[in-house]
Formats: sequence, structure tokens, C-alpha cells
Amino acid sequence: MIAETGHYALVLALVLSLIQSVVPVWGAARGDHRLMATAPGTAIAVFAFIALSFAALTHAYVTSDFSLVNVWANSHSSQPLLYKYTSVWGNHEGSMLLWVLILGLFSALVALFGNSMPERLRANVLGAQAWVLTAFLLFILFTSNPFERQIPAPFEGQDLNPILQDIGLAIHPPLLYLGYVGFSVTFSFAIAAMLSGRIDAAWARWVRPWALAAWIFLTAGIVMGSYWAYYELGWGGFWFWDPVENASFIPWLVGTALLHSAIVMEKREALKIWTILLAIITFSMSLLGTFLVRSGVLTSVHSFANDPARGVFILMILLVFIGGSLVLFAVRAPMLKSGSLFKPISREGALVFNNLFLSTAAATVLIGTLYPLFMEAVSGAKISVGAPFFDMTFGPLMVPLLAMVPIGPLLSWKRSDFYPAMQRLFIVFGLAILAVAVSLAVTRGAEVLAALGIGLSVWVMLGAFAEIATRSGFRKAGFATGIRRMAGLPRSMWGTALSHFGLGMTLLGIVMVTAYQGEAVREVGPGDHVKIAGYELVFNGLTPFSGPNFNADVASIDVRRGGVSRFEMHPAKRIYTTRGMPTTESAIKTIGFSQLYLALGDKSPDGKIVLRAWWKPLITLIWLGGVMMMIGGGISLMDRRLRVGAARSSAAQRRKEVSDASA
Amino acid sequence: MTRKQKRLAAIGTIGAVLIAAVLLVMFALRDEIVFFYSPTDVVVEGKAQNGERFRLGGLVKEGSIDKQGEKVTFVITDTDKELPVVFVGILPDLFREGQGVIAEGKLAANGTFDADNVLAKHDENYMPKEVADTLKEKGLWQEEGTVTQ
Repeated sequence: MIAETGHYALVLALVLSLIQSVVPVWGAARGDHRLMATAPGTAIAVFAFIALSFAALTHAYVTSDFSLVNVWANSHSSQPLLYKYTSVWGNHEGSMLLWVLILGLFSALVALFGNSMPERLRANVLGAQAWVLTAFLLFILFTSNPFERQIPAPFEGQDLNPILQDIGLAIHPPLLYLGYVGFSVTFSFAIAAMLSGRIDAAWARWVRPWALAAWIFLTAGIVMGSYWAYYELGWGGFWFWDPVENASFIPWLVGTALLHSAIVMEKREALKIWTILLAIITFSMSLLGTFLVRSGVLTSVHSFANDPARGVFILMILLVFIGGSLVLFAVRAPMLKSGSLFKPISREGALVFNNLFLSTAAATVLIGTLYPLFMEAVSGAKISVGAPFFDMTFGPLMVPLLAMVPIGPLLSWKRSDFYPAMQRLFIVFGLAILAVAVSLAVTRGAEVLAALGIGLSVWVMLGAFAEIATRSGFRKAGFATGIRRMAGLPRSMWGTALSHFGLGMTLLGIVMVTAYQGEAVREVGPGDHVKIAGYELVFNGLTPFSGPNFNADVASIDVRRGGVSRFEMHPAKRIYTTRGMPTTESAIKTIGFSQLYLALGDKSPDGKIVLRAWWKPLITLIWLGGVMMMIGGGISLMDRRLRVGAARSSAAQRRKEVSDASA
Repeated sequence: MTRKQKRLAAIGTIGAVLIAAVLLVMFALRDEIVFFYSPTDVVVEGKAQNGERFRLGGLVKEGSIDKQGEKVTFVITDTDKELPVVFVGILPDLFREGQGVIAEGKLAANGTFDADNVLAKHDENYMPKEVADTLKEKGLWQEEGTVTQ
């Protein structure tokens, strides 16, 4: 009964969403206040019904109601309670429902926080949100209904894929979806701007918090996914350039470009058309990602059971939205008045530079991701595009961008000069060169590229704070005044500094792991030693262990340094009883920012087992850098100027009055 | 600078970056892509003889897995032709006899395949797509082996 309620709620959400797609937009076109005023109410109601539906599915999972095909196929009564909850989105149908739930959530948030938005803008934004909602609700109801029953109900479920039985799964998809889907809001804002044919700095101020919020979540989702793959898959890699990873990375790159171009638009009313285009492309890339992952075109841990009808349906959604919005763009863009040109060496110029490199890099990742599909369709040849391709294309494009990161914020708006900016970075530049020299000295000149990479990381990390150091004027005003001024600087400036610092951290981690990681693979019996990075690993045998729904062999490894026992590590090999599927449980010990990573292979008949050990220097910086970027984003979001609803004070309010008067 | 010069400078810079990117992509696509071959492609049609990296896909032949310490040898077959594979490291969790796998590496001088990476499926219902297609071509595809829910 509860499942049927959930199904019915989804149908109701669809009906309301259809209403929301048409009525407010029509009202905005005719200037009818009452029609426009329906948007917030329907948006909140749609969200409520989807939430009800989601709750119904969750209920079925928690109570292990195997009369639902979806629950039976992806759950098991012996699963720990947490994984019963996370199983809800550990499958195709449930994860699409989560996708739509989050889409509905964002519409509802726009409805709730948009009280001070111009009436017409809000109506159009919510209308455009409803178009996307309608498409995906149709998709779920027609091709991926999670509430399908089967009679008789089986006694036991088939269990969730053991790889997905992990705390990482609880967090990774919701975060990633909050990011992916969050960009639907900026997309809807772009559509609304084109529908009304008017766009100005106030528009950028409205869009920025949403773009920033989506970007923070997407960053979190990618960081989380990267760390999850690192410890769960037992391969010891943090990024595989897997098509599905790329599918989330492309929107991140374009979204990052969007954040930066929106600054130019807000401050200088320039790059309007470009910003609109980026808003469209970012969400289009999110949709493309959803298509690539959900259609089964690509195979990976993310592709659940495949059904060609689903692929075709999502492809249609993709074509309608990307095609439709680009046509609208082509028709309306010339009507948007473009801003003024500016000097190439200026803050605007630096931000254009950022956009140029980020979008070109995104394009190369996109090409690398789609090229195998293209080749197979054209010539039938099966190829794979892996890390070497991306190292050769994405890598070189990132170098000039990273080199510019500290310089950009030091240039002033309109017109500027490199010289004063470089003067402020003089010390940072010296330290970066010193870092290169030290790295070269330590490795005796063996790893020149790595040394340069380390120098670049130091440049980005320390350079991130150059603007704050200059603005607080320590040198002239003294320490106390400097601190006071520093605290008074706008939050967005701190946000920029911390995000850029995080970028440098991530870069440093990547360079260190790529250049200096140590690896040892050895078959070990009890008492055998393996040496890695100055540590000595002593294997003390395997102990059997029984979990709630798995059996495991747990290795006990004594880690020594200088002959002294420091700590024990316990990598394991599990077999999940329901599916008979083995998984590798790696053991990770964090030492400073570095990690010792152990994974087990198969047992041989004579009781020996393959032990694979890695030394990963400074690897945690990769993810901590991501966390730092998120913190930076969060601090920017708290800037008074950007706070949702804060723009009511200034220009937006005046424009609203004007638009109300003219309507 | 005049307005026209500014515009030219902007277009020039953007053009230069784009051209550089296109060149990078073209070179990378020429040199860095990895083809997928079946044992028949390699043995009969003589593909991948120049020491290039490629992906070899097929089924792990029954009874062919031989582990000597951390070194593993096994045979990949498309049930028509077969190729011996040498791999050092930890095999994926779901590496088993009779199942579809993809090995990435190079052909050694003695005709064995030196793999530095072996991919198996992530769960028991998944068959690497390339392997499934190869088997379909050979008419050896068994639908029940790949139940989807």
C-alpha cells in the first residue's frame, strides 16, 4: 500500500510539474501576476510529492519489502540498517528518484528564497526548472519505475553489489547529484534571462550563489568519489580518467569557468552572452554525464542493469534540452546587449584567460571521453582512451592556467600592469624557485618535471594569499593594523584565497604521488618481510572473520621502522555470501599527509597470499585540497554581497519596481 | 590600443590556445589511444605486432591459471584462438576461469602478452562490453550468462 502511495505521489508530482511548466511562463509572457504567483506553490508541492515518493521507497527498503522488484534485486534482509537506507540509491531506479528529488529540492529552494527576486524572473526560472522535472519524472514513470511489484514476493533479496556496501556510497551520490542538479538552477536562470531578453549585473548576483552552492557540492561529490574509489577498489589510484569520472569532471570544469565569468558580469556587465552560454553548457554537461552513466553506453561500477529503452529516453531528453536551449540562445543572444571591451591585461582579462583554458580543457576531456563511442560508431574499431591521452592534452593546458592563478586576483579591473602584480609576488616567486632547487637537490636532479611541479604548487599555494597580504598592508601599517584589516576584508576575497590555496594543495599531492610513490608486490607467508619506503612490513598470517553478510580473511601485518614495531595493519579479503562475490578491503595508515596502503590478492593453495603495498607521499593533500576549495566556496557564499536574498537592497529592487510598473 | 587592435589581440590569443589544444588532441589521439583486439585479431590477422600497447579481451581459459608467487600466467581465448598472458600483481576480485576479462599491455617477442593491468567486471552480471561483442561475433554469446535485472 505504501509503495502504491509512493507511485501515485510521483504521478501527482508529474501533473503539478506540468502545470508549473506552463502557467508561470505564460503568466510572465502576458504579465499576469496571478499566473506568475502560482510558481512557488507548485514548486514546493512538487518537491513534497517527490519526497513522499522517496520516503515510500525508503520504507520498502528498510522493511525489506521484497514484493518490490527493485528492493528484491538490490537489498537483503541481513544488511546493516545503514546500507538498507543507502541501497535506495544504489541502483538505477532509486538513483534516478534521488536525482529528481534533488531537482525538486532546488526548485523548492528557489521558490522559498526567491521572494525578493523580480517576479517575472522567478516565474520563468521555476517554469524552466519544471521542464527538466517533467522530463525526468516521465523518464522514471515510463522506463524506471522503482515501485514495480512482483507476485509472489520472494523470501529473500539478492543483496546490494558489495562494492557499494560502504559508507562512501551513503555520501557520494547525494553530494554529486546536489552538484550536478544544482547547476539546473543556473541553467533555468539562463533560460529565464533569454525568455525575457534582459540580463544585467543583478542577474549575475542572483545566479552566483546557486552556481557556487552547486559547485561546492560537485567538488565534494568528486572528492568523495575519488577517495572512495581509492580505498574501496584496492587499486590504490585516486583518479582513473574513467569515462564516468570524466562525466562529473567536465561539468566541474565548465562550472568553475562559470563562477569566474559571473564575477566579470557582476562587476563589469561584460561577458554576458558568454556567461549565459556557460550556464547552458554546464547543465548540458551534467545531463550528458547522467546519460553516459545511466544509459549503459559506458560500462563501469556506476552502470547498473541496462535497458536500451532508457538510453534512448535519456538521449531524447538530452537532445531536447541541449538543442532547445542552444536554439533559444542563437535566437536571443544577439538581443542581449554585450558589454564593453577591455584591456587584455586587467582583472577581466585574467578571468577571460581562466575561462579560455578551463573551457578548452573541458573540451579535451569531453573529446577523450566520447572518442571511443565515436570511433566505434564510425569504423567499428574498439579503442580506449586512457590516462596517457589526458596527461598529454589536459596536463599542458593546466600549466599556464595554474601559473596565472596567483597573478589574476592582483590585477585591477579595467586596466592594469603586470609589473606591480609581479612585484607583490616577488617573494612567492623566490620561494617557488627555492622549492624547485630543493627538490632537485634531494632527488639529485632525477625528477626535473616533478621538481617544476612542486615549484608550481608552491607558487599557487603561497600566491593565493598575496592579495590578502597586500590589502592588509602588513609592511607599512604594522602587524596589529594588518591583522585588523585582514579580518575586515570581504569574505569573497578570503574565499578566493582559500580555494586557490586548495587548488595548489591538490596539485602538490598529485605531483608527489605521481613522481615519488613506492610500490611493492610480494607473495608472503607467515613471518615474511616486505620493505617499502623505510618501513618493514611483517606478515603474521590470516585470521578468519564473520561479518553480518560476509566472511573475511583478515591479514595481520606488523609495521616496523628501524627495527621497532610501530603499528599493525589489517587488510582483508571478503566474500559476500549472497552473491558469492569477493571484495578487497584495503588497509590504510595515514602518516602525516602521506599514506601507507596495503591490499591483499588471492590465497594460493600453500597458504601464501599476495601482498601489495604502496607508499603514497602527501596523497591526502589531493582530497584535503578539494576540501579547502569547498571551504573557500562556503566562505564566499557567506559574503554579504552574495547572500541569497541580500540583493534586494540595491539595483535588483529598483529594477523589480521598474519591471512591476511596466508590467 | 585601438578597439580593433584589442579585438585582434583577443581573437589571436584565443585562436592560438585553441589551435594548440587541437594539435595536442590530434597528437594524443594518434599516439595514446589503445585498441582493443581479440586473440583472433592478434594471432590470425597479425594486428599489434609493432610493440604497441593494446587491450586484449576474451575469456580466461579453463584450467589455464598458473600462479607462481606474485606472477600469474593464464590464457585468454575467444574460443577460436588463444593467447598466453603474463601478469605481475594482484588480479581483480572477480577474476575467475571462464569469465570475461580485459588485459592491457604489450606483445612480447616470444608471442606472450605482457599485461600490466587486468580488468575484470565489477559485479557478477557484468561482462566487458568489448568482450561481449567479440563473443557475439563468434556466435558464442550466451544470454543467460549476462542476466540483467
